[in-house]
This record gives sequence, structure tokens and C-alpha cells, in this order.
Amino acid sequence: MTKRKLIGGNEATAEGAIAAGCRYFFGYPITPQNKIPEYMSEHLPLVGGTYVQAESEVAAINMLYGAAATGAWAMTSSSSPGISLMQEGLSYMIGSELPCVVVNMVRGGPGLGNIGPAQSDYWLATRGAGHGDGRCLTFAPYSVQELYDLTGEAFTIAQRYRNPVMILADAILANMKEPCRLHERRDHPTQQPQWAVGGARDGRPRNIINSLYVDLPEEEQVNLRIARRYAEAAQNEVRLAEYGADKPQILLCAYGIAARICQTAAQRATQAGVPTRLLRPISLFPFPAQTIRRWADCVEKILVVELSLGQFIEDVRLAVEGRCPVELMGRTGGMVMTPEEVTDRIVQMGQSD
Amino acid sequence: MREEVYMAGMGGQGVLLAGQILAQAAMMVGLEVSYFPLYSPEVRGGRATCTVVIANDQVGSPVVGHPAMMILMDKIAVNNHLDRLRPDGLVVVNSSLAGEEFDRDDITTITIPANDIAIDVGSERAVNMVLLGGYVAMTESVSLADIEQALREVIPERHHSFMPVNIAALHRGAQAAMKAISPTR
Repeated sequence: MTKRKLIGGNEATAEGAIAAGCRYFFGYPITPQNKIPEYMSEHLPLVGGTYVQAESEVAAINMLYGAAATGAWAMTSSSSPGISLMQEGLSYMIGSELPCVVVNMVRGGPGLGNIGPAQSDYWLATRGAGHGDGRCLTFAPYSVQELYDLTGEAFTIAQRYRNPVMILADAILANMKEPCRLHERRDHPTQQPQWAVGGARDGRPRNIINSLYVDLPEEEQVNLRIARRYAEAAQNEVRLAEYGADKPQILLCAYGIAARICQTAAQRATQAGVPTRLLRPISLFPFPAQTIRRWADCVEKILVVELSLGQFIEDVRLAVEGRCPVELMGRTGGMVMTPEEVTDRIVQMGQSD
Repeated sequence: MREEVYMAGMGGQGVLLAGQILAQAAMMVGLEVSYFPLYSPEVRGGRATCTVVIANDQVGSPVVGHPAMMILMDKIAVNNHLDRLRPDGLVVVNSSLAGEEFDRDDITTITIPANDIAIDVGSERAVNMVLLGGYVAMTESVSLADIEQALREVIPERHHSFMPVNIAALHRGAQAAMKAISPTR
């Protein structure tokens, strides 16, 4: 077993990427994720990689577009306003069927907002990636160890589905330090993917990376191909974790940092006489709808806890299909609920019948 | 076991370093731990706080509404945070900057003249170590020896000449806490 190291969420994210084989980073500074580019600028050159601080987020995402087109394992990271600026580039990458990893350390919004923790980019992450009929595969770590593990895995997933993968976290996860087990740094597979551009020097037919399809039926086929990959991801990449009472009265649904708060609340509410279970989606798109639907038949109520005012709850309600009441507990603008407040709310819900 | 401690003070007092050293020590003795800092953007004179949660198994929430323990390094920290301490909680206060009188009679208060002690051991900047020493003397998760080990890991090698001052500060803080804890409460 490797030794544990006390490291911050940002550093774990960056190291997770390098350890998985990421060799190219393009970014533009914004709090609370600046330690990711800082770490990359120090460590990528040591493993033969390249770090570029772009002149803007728009430039960074288009540099990523170019690097990904050559089959490079590449990433960017930013925080909410920066991710907004990257939407166009992401849409082009989805349309061009290119893999990449994008980290969003979400901060308070809308607008320039503040540098506090938030989950108010849920829609941006799971619905967004700009215009068109595509989305980012989205994963939400809830600890420093998971930031390290999932960011690494994101590269393999992106390659498998030829689609951008987003890691969605927040200012608390970015800044907090926890023990983390690090594995040795690996290089990614050296063989260039068949679709990548690179000069066709070996006499193979030339590849073109593009998202422009003037032929309408052809564009529809591209969209259907992308949709088939999402359906495949829904079969293979749904991830979730569950904690707490086996026969719950209340089911908590929360992801990321909110799930950490709920972990403690579920325990305390159960001790206080209201059996509570926490279901934590780790993949947000694809969404673990089936498991939530199964639980909806067995519990009195579901409480959704999120650092936004009703984004994540939409996916929960779509999964539940009206089987039981679904209530919201949300904070916003960089503010956080405490485990004590969540516990009180659960106990209140449990006693109201 | 779940130990929740909230630390607060002004920027430059070493609140964040004290939290990281406690977290490092907890990790080194095989416990689970989270360290969650929150601070204003000023380099000096801003407010700095951190929450350290130590547990046998999963830490759960790194965010704590009403911590059972606090280390408060100045008067503003006392004014801003002491009301959130859980009833029957324990607070280690820097009496050099926060005085000896507090509004609550449902908690255990350990007052330590941390600035005076820090100057006495050789550096006023060791004020955080004095208070951390006092805290560790009152809790069970880690020992002073564990904190010393953690210091060696967290402090960069080039600053190891400051180690004796820090270690002296830790022990003096612990002694002061033992003296301050009286059955009168």
C-alpha cells in the first residue's frame, strides 16, 4: 500500500491528470482553481509535457481543441465564468468528436460572483457545452482522493467515447486538504488514435477534424452516432455511492461537497430516530436514474441538498417520476448549509407525518 | 471518534499552518482527516479560519456548524465565532489579545497568554504553536510527539532551524493549558 500524502484538492486534480498520462495543459488563471495551472506549470515540463498559459479562456479551449485533434491527452481547468467562456469551444469539440478533460471548480455566481463554493453550474455541466445536441460526460468527486482518481480516469473515458469529460467540483474541494494515496505516474498509450490528424506520413488516408456538415442527413448521422455513445456511456459509466440506513424513511440525494455534508447529516438523523440513507451520484451525466427510481418506491420522501436553488433536483425528479415527494434544501451565492441544518430538516420531515 | 476543531485569527498569526500541522499529525497516526481553510484575500490583517475534522473512519462533512472545539487567536475571533461553539464545548483562547472575560458559562475555557509565551521562547511568530500545544494537551487524537513529527514534515527543510522554538512553544502551550484547566470551570 502506498503512503498517504496530505494534499489539496487542486493539487490532487493536477497530479491525477499527470499520473494518468495527461501531457498538455492550456489554461487561464481564475480563483479558486489557480493551484491546478500552478502545479501543471511546474510538473508537466518534468515529464516531457507542455504547459501553456493562454491569453484568455477562449484561446485556451481552442488550443485544447487543436491538441485533442492530434490525439494528445490534454486538459484545461477553470472556474464558472471561465467555463462559460469555453462553451463554444466545447461544442465544437463535441461536434468534432474529440476527447478532452475539463475541470470546473465552481464558484458563486451568476456573473463574476465570488470565490465561495457553489454547485450552480450543474446545468452548465450536464446540459451545456454550448449549442447543439451534445453534452459533456460529467463526474462529481466528493473528496481529495476522488478528485485524484476520477480526473485520471476521465482521460480514458474521454478517449473511449470521443467526447469531452467534465470534472465538476467546487471551491471547498479545491482548497481542502486530505490524505491521498498517489500511484506512480504513467504515460498514456503511445499509439495515435485512428481518427487523429498528424500529417498522414505513413501513407494512411488523410483525416479531417471538423464540426461543419453542410449535408443535413450527414449531420444527423453524426448526431445519432454521438447519441449512441451517450447511450453506451449510460450502460457502462453510471457511478454512484450509497451510505446509511438499509430501510430508510428519508432518502437524501446530493453530489460533491453537498454529499459530504449529507454523509454526517444522514448519520445523525438516523441516530435521532429518522432512518436516513444518502444516495450520491458520482456520474451526473450519465445520471443514476434507475437506482434513484428504485428507492423512490421504498421511502416516504426524498430530500435533495445542493449548493444551488434547484438545478440538480430536476434530474432527481425526472428519475423519481412522481413516485414520492421530492423536497429541496439549497444554499447559493457561495454559502454552505451545515450538517446540523440538514439534520434538523430531515428530522422535521420525518416527524411531520 | 469524531473531533471537530475550528481555528480563527488574523492573517499572519499562523491559523492555517496550525490547522495543517494538526491534520498532518492525524494522518501520520493513521486517522482520517480533512482540513478546510477559509480566508480573505489580504496578505496580512485579513481574517483566517480553518476547520479540521479528525475521525476513525470516514470524515463526512468537512464543514461544521457548531464545532465542539475551537482555537481563537484574537478578540475579533472570539467576538465572531465563540457563540457557535457547541454547549459543553472547549475553547483555547489567546488571552494576550482576547482578554480573560467571555460571555458564555456553558463551555470550558482555556486561556493562554500565547503572545507573551511565544516572545518568551524566542519568537512572537510561534503564537500558533503555543495555542496548538494547549489544544493538543486537552484532546486525545494526537500527542505532542505526533505534532513534532508533523512539524518536520510540513515545515520545509530550509526552515528547520526554527524547529527548537516551535517545539518549545508547543510544550509551553501545553503546560499553560494544564495549569489553566481548573475544576472551578
